[in-house]
Amino acid sequence: MSGLDIQAIRKDFPILDQEIYGFPLAYLDNAATSQKPVQVIDAVADYYREDNANVHRGVHRLSQRATDSYEGARSKVRDFLHAQSDKEIVFVRGATEAINLVAHSFVRPMLHAGDEILISHMEHHANIVPWQMLCDEVGATLVVIPMTDKGELDLTTFDDLLTSKTKIMAVGQVSNALGTINPVKMMTEKAHAKGIPVLIDGAQAVPHMPADVQDLDCDFYVFSGHKMFAPTGIGALYGKQALLEDMVPWQGGGDMILSVSFEKTLYNELPYKFEAGTPNISGAIGLGAAIDYMQSVGIAELAAYEHELLAYATAQVGGLDGLRIIGTAERKASVLSFMIDGVHPHDIGTIFDQQGVAIRTGHHCAQPVMQFFGIPATARASFAFYNTMDEVDALVGAIQKVQELFA
Amino acid sequence: MSGADLRDLYQQVIMDHNKKPRNFRDMADANHLAHGNNPLCGDALVVYVKLNGDVIEDVSFQGSGCAISVASASLMTEALKGKTVAEADAIYQQMHEQMTGGEVDMATLGKLEVLGGVREFPARVKCATLSWHTMHSAMESDADGQVTTE
Repeated sequence: MSGLDIQAIRKDFPILDQEIYGFPLAYLDNAATSQKPVQVIDAVADYYREDNANVHRGVHRLSQRATDSYEGARSKVRDFLHAQSDKEIVFVRGATEAINLVAHSFVRPMLHAGDEILISHMEHHANIVPWQMLCDEVGATLVVIPMTDKGELDLTTFDDLLTSKTKIMAVGQVSNALGTINPVKMMTEKAHAKGIPVLIDGAQAVPHMPADVQDLDCDFYVFSGHKMFAPTGIGALYGKQALLEDMVPWQGGGDMILSVSFEKTLYNELPYKFEAGTPNISGAIGLGAAIDYMQSVGIAELAAYEHELLAYATAQVGGLDGLRIIGTAERKASVLSFMIDGVHPHDIGTIFDQQGVAIRTGHHCAQPVMQFFGIPATARASFAFYNTMDEVDALVGAIQKVQELFA
Repeated sequence: MSGADLRDLYQQVIMDHNKKPRNFRDMADANHLAHGNNPLCGDALVVYVKLNGDVIEDVSFQGSGCAISVASASLMTEALKGKTVAEADAIYQQMHEQMTGGEVDMATLGKLEVLGGVREFPARVKCATLSWHTMHSAMESDADGQVTTE
């Protein structure tokens, strides 16, 4: 067993200590959003209680403190992602906005009719739709890396999919619907060998494993704070500095300019060029606190513990009759998607809820994955490091309850 | 709430209609048809209606969904077959009242009363009403129409 003191960790997440319909809450919907430790809640509250002011503007004391905290959070994100410079970290609303930013400011200006954008079959809608919109606009083609029955990327034809027409490859590091960990480092290397830039969607990876953009050597990396114990509405885009320098701004407004006249506007330097308007200051501070928290627990340690948790859940749930696990990749993180014979996932979700077990049911914003498996939806349990083996047992009990009711 | 309330939702009649949905078939000579889908959960169905003058001569459905949406659609087809358009409308209104907690007329609702348990599960009301909205839309147009609960 890992050395984490899970009971002590759980005390940091007050929301976990409650009953639902008389059962202890088992929160197993972490891939949708994670819970927040008191350290994050307090950081946000303390900011509003003591330091609230606009950033990068005032010379007064509060504005300086707010700016220091906001920029301090940027440094924490840089450290968390192992990026080289704070200039490479752009605060955004989340992974979705980051992908849209790259689509608009990096890919759109160089995309022409007949060009290709390469994604994979297991992407979240956030890493499909922005590219599809762009392709429709200019007459480019969305090319899709196929998938196997186990829910792994089928890379047998991968080399052929990387062509002289490919303007970007955008792939998820971890699948939100299946939990598959994709070999993004190897894929990035191959794309780069053909001069193709790479965006990695790390939204489902950062809560569960160390992130290192220099090791991956990706050109862009995106994630959302709320899936890694930070508030909603904050996330980050990492981009290699040289690329960000050359990119056109995303939105226009205050803070992203050096000077404005009616004849000409000079844009601000990185990363402010991409942060128009008053940013989500409290969100960024909360994100910084979440990073501090994860680092204090130890990201390698929490990853090891979650691995044990998923292995236990897979063995327990996989051992039940009349049940099929969707996504059986060799390398997985956090996610256990499944179907119970003869029961629609929504009925599973309602019955689970009545046992205090919170899971997600539906298509998980990954309808192409559902279409691949020929199913409308799955039931998905997804774990974080504050979950326990007892909660896995509650999951198993809830499944048995469903089977009993639908017998 | 615990197991007992789940039995209110998943009553025997509902479980039976989910396992063996009635009038679950294509209808080649339907003169009214509509597609309904719930984009949130992916439930999708087609409702076919064959009107003969003012009377619903036949009504059927196809598609996939949870136990509540399948049972509701199945019960709906049983309830509406042979009814006039005005009678169907009255039943539709009563279903709406039942789902939103209004006063209901049990005589009009009949067997559909078993769907009343859904009221206690607000997240599932849309499952029970999808087929009804789709039917309503089918009656209003003879061309293909999209209905959504969103």
